[in-house]
Amino acid sequence: MSAPTRTPSGAPAHLTGAGGGRVGDDAQRPDGVLKVRGEFAYGSDLWMEDMLWGVTLRSPHPYARIRSVDLGAALAVPGVHAVLTSDDVPGEKVYGLELADQPVLAVDVVRYQGEPVALVAADHPETARLAASRIQVDYEVWEPVTDARVALGHPTPDRPDTSPPRDQVHDAPAEVTELSRESAHLHPQGNLVRHLKVRKGDPEPAADVVVVGEYEVGMQDQAFLGPESGLAVPAEDGGVELYVATQWLHVDQRQICSALGLPPERVRLTLAGVGGAFGGREDLSMHVHACLLALHTGRPVKMSYNREESFFGHVHRHPATMRYEHGATRDGDLVYVRAAIYFDGGAYASSTPAVVGNGGTMGVGPYVVPNVHVDCYGAYTNNPPCGAMRGFGSVQTAFAYESQMDALAAELGMDPVELRCRNAMEEGSPTPTGQVIDSPAPVAELLRRLQAMPLPPEAATGDDVDLRDMPGGVSNTTHGEGVRRGVGYAVAYKNVAFSEGYDDHSTARVRLEVVGGEAVATVHTAAAEVGQGLVTVEQQIARTELGVEQVTVHPKDTSVGSAGSTSASRQTYVTGGAVKAACEAVRARVLERARTVVGRPVADLRLDGGEVVSDAEGIAVPLADVLGDEAVEETLEWRHRPTEAVDPETGQGFAHVQYAFSAHRAVVDVDTELGLVKVVEMACTQDVGKAINPQAVVGQIQGGTAQGLGLAVMEEILIRDGRVQNPSFTDYLIPTVLDMPPMRIEVLECADPHAPYGLRGVGEAPNISSGPAVLAAIRAATGLPLTRVPVRPEHLTGT
Amino acid sequence: MRLTCTVNGTEQQVDDVWEGESLLYVLRERMGLPGSKNACEQGECGSCTVYLDGLPVCACLVAAGQAEGRAIGTVEGLTDGDTGQLHPVQQAFLDAGAVQCGFCTPGLLVATDDLVGRSLAEGRKPADAEIREALAGNLCRCTGYEKILDAVRLAADRMSEAGR
Ligand code: FES
Ligand code: FES
Repeated sequence: MSAPTRTPSGAPAHLTGAGGGRVGDDAQRPDGVLKVRGEFAYGSDLWMEDMLWGVTLRSPHPYARIRSVDLGAALAVPGVHAVLTSDDVPGEKVYGLELADQPVLAVDVVRYQGEPVALVAADHPETARLAASRIQVDYEVWEPVTDARVALGHPTPDRPDTSPPRDQVHDAPAEVTELSRESAHLHPQGNLVRHLKVRKGDPEPAADVVVVGEYEVGMQDQAFLGPESGLAVPAEDGGVELYVATQWLHVDQRQICSALGLPPERVRLTLAGVGGAFGGREDLSMHVHACLLALHTGRPVKMSYNREESFFGHVHRHPATMRYEHGATRDGDLVYVRAAIYFDGGAYASSTPAVVGNGGTMGVGPYVVPNVHVDCYGAYTNNPPCGAMRGFGSVQTAFAYESQMDALAAELGMDPVELRCRNAMEEGSPTPTGQVIDSPAPVAELLRRLQAMPLPPEAATGDDVDLRDMPGGVSNTTHGEGVRRGVGYAVAYKNVAFSEGYDDHSTARVRLEVVGGEAVATVHTAAAEVGQGLVTVEQQIARTELGVEQVTVHPKDTSVGSAGSTSASRQTYVTGGAVKAACEAVRARVLERARTVVGRPVADLRLDGGEVVSDAEGIAVPLADVLGDEAVEETLEWRHRPTEAVDPETGQGFAHVQYAFSAHRAVVDVDTELGLVKVVEMACTQDVGKAINPQAVVGQIQGGTAQGLGLAVMEEILIRDGRVQNPSFTDYLIPTVLDMPPMRIEVLECADPHAPYGLRGVGEAPNISSGPAVLAAIRAATGLPLTRVPVRPEHLTGT
Repeated sequence: MRLTCTVNGTEQQVDDVWEGESLLYVLRERMGLPGSKNACEQGECGSCTVYLDGLPVCACLVAAGQAEGRAIGTVEGLTDGDTGQLHPVQQAFLDAGAVQCGFCTPGLLVATDDLVGRSLAEGRKPADAEIREALAGNLCRCTGYEKILDAVRLAADRMSEAGR
């Protein structure tokens, strides 16, 4: 079966070039030229001569029973080739990342607005949409459960009554436990997805000063620009080839195989071009659907969501409700933190268990706290499913713990940076889970360096005012009257890679050969390039370890072993580690062979410039003379050091392999009369251990900062009674170039001795500390407590 | 319906176009020019920006029929057709590190080409505030825009240097 092609874009290509560059250099991305020429084939660009278009019919209701589905009118539309429901799913009807609880297509009940109910394939996307609209579904509409605390039978401010809501799905009552009194169970095992407890030190500590706060974080969307999309092509062996924009090919493959009832060798995945991911592509979207339609029709089927469907087609960041209590001595030493954290997981589990793991284990921030009592819950509700998004479980808690640090500083009359530095973690500090930090943790240094950076000039006044610098911009809402400036700081940390005993590995295949007289390395991994620049890092590592200039990146597919997920800031570390290890294995074999040719012991030899070099002898032998026309290839699996599950009662254990640290300073101008915020400058310091590609590292910090700023002041999926109110870029706002201020960035490189090249994962930390800094700055400008993000104008004007 | 127009200097004719199809759909799905992107199809993101008779527009908001007889320029037309050499704006985006996932890039390249071209025609380089205003309709989710601004400045510098 031929690969999908079109003019001028081809199927996912071998990437070569561009300009060279080793570890530590600003290397250019090998897919860059294709991207600026408009020739890079994203999932939505794939095309085959005889392909059909697939569309999804989704539930309009957050919670309902399906009485009946009538497909007749849809099937009668000319140009329609298939209409499918859950009856047509040949294998397991439910799937999931961690727990298999989500139907491929709804089975009897829908649990969120937008749940897929039926599929259509037709020869034009409009025909398919028309047919989908003619499917008759008869729903018995139920009242949705829309608050995580209510779902668990825990009290809320508006609902002190803890009697559980009415059970509508399951006949038998759920198990009622001391910790989760849930019984209106949306799923057979109850509404509790996970409860993580951290218990450390004295259970009844006493402190001189206590601050208590309740915080709320709204539901953020990843809002990647490239829609969910892909092309499924039926294969001659009865299997299917899927070209798809995703984050983890092998976890997709496992779930697709299970739903299709096919073995892995008959479900082959290749990564299509990915237009951003940020966690939103970790779960399946159109993957199984397109495969079902392709297998059913015997034709290639393309699916590509439009923006509205995209809002329903992927998981979001968990909204959170948090209560924190901080106790400290008069001098400002933290004595204890108590916290109750609720994550609303929505209708299906997705990665809620791991989000709860992060939220709970790191929920007090990068501080040394002797006594900790944290309860972190993830619950099922009838809201949209929530799962992975950049910063994963840490973004939400950082808003709370950093707000608490500011409140505590105010209570103590201390400088907020001083208070943070006084309690900052450092190398050797214990974490709340009893782990000892065994690599640099420059928390105080990050803050001090921020503080030392110059502040932007004061806002102009009078005739010098440029409206474009004012809150409200050229809408001409103010010339500076009522505008106040504020400065805020925040620091955060995040675990890198998968935690809690997960077997977190990556696989790399590296080949070295001489082609047309030139030494060429080929790197083959299944690690998803989603825009972050992993393909560049793979080339840089191969150039460094094998001393060659030409490195080809093989298309990402399932013909090589799993690389794990492109998430948790882990790919440069884990797949980078795998590529390095595979290169070392190749190098060892090449040098062993060179030993006889050069006549020097292996220890005296190295690879550089496409030659075997012996510095002692001052000689260099071209690789062509050593390898001839033979290729040396090695494939190996690489793991970071193991972590362990935490104790279920105390949360203690070696849970995380590495931490990334970043800090932000935000400067804002707030029009206090209209409640408009203009972020004037963002400054960031981050420790990256080793910047493999400094230009790309800075790009990650800038992009992460923007997403954190977005959550602080504008981004929220508004839900009313389980229904999404704003599924468009007209109403869900992400920062534009007018919203983003200039940034000052300082990158520290304090090597982590446990990691390849000493590097630390980069992508998430800046997304965690930026929002809380903006919130702190707005608070400083207005004097308002501000306990909810995103901050809206009405929070600032009290209207 | 039949649609005839000029795309990147070449006459194009396509048949069986539905009334409801946008120029973006026709370019991407009927003419084999998927360079212009489809991030929102609602006129909110700028990823589909193309030239229509020399003016930048969101191709997703232009009905296919409106393009009849007109000249369209897309990202595919920026590269020199004869030499294959990248346009200075394309090169600047690469050199500045302004491309991550790249989904916003084609639209930004057209918008930048328009801005820099207009400014240089007036004998000056665009100021930062102007750049921000000109690109305010182009969303990028990956970069935080800093390197995009760097790229625009770099392109303007190089093009004004070359034009001298
Ligand atoms: S796709 Fe046209 S503006 Fe977004
Ligand atoms: S580079 Fe990904 S949206 Fe701009």
